[in-house]
Amino acid sequence: METFEAVFTPDNVRYILLGYGTTIKYAAISIILSIIIGTVMGLIRNYDKFILKRLTGLYIEVFRNTPNLLWVFVCFIAAPFDTIFARCCCAYVLFTSAMMAEIVRGGLNSIPKGQFEAAASQGFNFIGTLWYIIIPQCFRRIIPTMMSQVITVIKDTSFLAQVAVGELLYNTKDLMSKMYVYTGHATTFTEMCLLFGFAMLLYFVTCFTLSCIMRYYQRRLNRGQGVSQ
Amino acid sequence: MIQQIMEPWRWQMLFAEWPKFLKAFGITLEISVLALALALVLGVIFGLMSTSHNPLLRIIARVYVEFFQNTPLAIQVFFVFYALPYASIVLSQVTIGILCVGIYTGAYMSEAVRAGIGSIPKGQFEAAASQGFTYIQTMMLIVLPQTIKIILPPMVNQMVNLIKNTSIVTMIAGGDLMYRANAYATNDVMSYGPSYLLCGALYFVLCFPLTTWARRYEARLKNRDVITNTKKDKVEEVAA
Repeated sequence: METFEAVFTPDNVRYILLGYGTTIKYAAISIILSIIIGTVMGLIRNYDKFILKRLTGLYIEVFRNTPNLLWVFVCFIAAPFDTIFARCCCAYVLFTSAMMAEIVRGGLNSIPKGQFEAAASQGFNFIGTLWYIIIPQCFRRIIPTMMSQVITVIKDTSFLAQVAVGELLYNTKDLMSKMYVYTGHATTFTEMCLLFGFAMLLYFVTCFTLSCIMRYYQRRLNRGQGVSQ
Repeated sequence: MIQQIMEPWRWQMLFAEWPKFLKAFGITLEISVLALALALVLGVIFGLMSTSHNPLLRIIARVYVEFFQNTPLAIQVFFVFYALPYASIVLSQVTIGILCVGIYTGAYMSEAVRAGIGSIPKGQFEAAASQGFTYIQTMMLIVLPQTIKIILPPMVNQMVNLIKNTSIVTMIAGGDLMYRANAYATNDVMSYGPSYLLCGALYFVLCFPLTTWARRYEARLKNRDVITNTKKDKVEEVAA
């Protein structure tokens, strides 16, 4: 109990939670932007006939086959933005939008061609068909897969510790290296476990909540399909 | 960055360091291969456990999968690297890489295996039991061989993730490809352009054949037969 109080002073807890806030901030912005860009690219990849299709294909292949950490390094140095926040988000948006585009493409492929023909017969133009008919159906199918990608993004924000952004993992590591100042003696294994355990718990609660939502949604989706069949 | 890539002298300097990069590439390969072996073994074991009738085994498998899927690999690696030495367990960075990446990917593999086994009709198990097969024999001789075809694409995708995830060893100075590239990129002349480009190209060379193969295989599977297809859909939903 003493160790517990020594490790989790109000200041320390506040510092870790501050890091947690930063993690969520980076993750949220990256996820929202990459879903939008990913959807647009997925649509282009599937429905464009010519050069844009090739270009998005190339983009997706490049980002799918290289590590996210590499893009964090590259964007941290070379992205054309002023703030560190924008540069780091840029790395995640670049990487994740390629993943999202693949997921959207999978969803689009599973939609029967008849939907297009039916829409055309009702006088929808191409954009209208996509917006009112194809995209809603596609999203309903891919939400579980997308959620698992969202969880991956939240976990991958821990790479930012490597470029000294004060997110959850970095702050935890920072506290760890200063721990002996707070406790007044050399750090022990128990203290380490408490500190890392707390950070892991924060990550776990966030991701597990999302994956529970995902599973609930998936079950409902399967039930719905059962009825319609 | 683009300006740097255009400058030949930076490339000359980079290729003078080529042996170091090659060695680092070797370390990345070593971690990938050994971690993959570990992940496959763990994946099959925990995948079987999560489909067994024993509730205790199922719970253990569940806890394993949920813990490793919902916490970042980086924090696991940091814990092993920074905290375990206080409990007098000191491992080399490469060993930590193999263990952590292997165990982490094992959780994803076991989900794929579980989904694969779930897609096999119950009649197969009953038929095997009626012929006097034991549990292990049923799994090894009848069920797992049938699932391979379906779970191969998701497994190969996990393999690609595994290769990409080995770059996390960089965070504990593991001397892998990413670490070497980053060290070179932040040296005195700051040749980050060529260095990161080479690093990305090497990862790409490793991963691209795998993703392409997985996509082609899946497309072929889709055209082949309807039964496998419905199974595959089920697997994809669960393994997602």
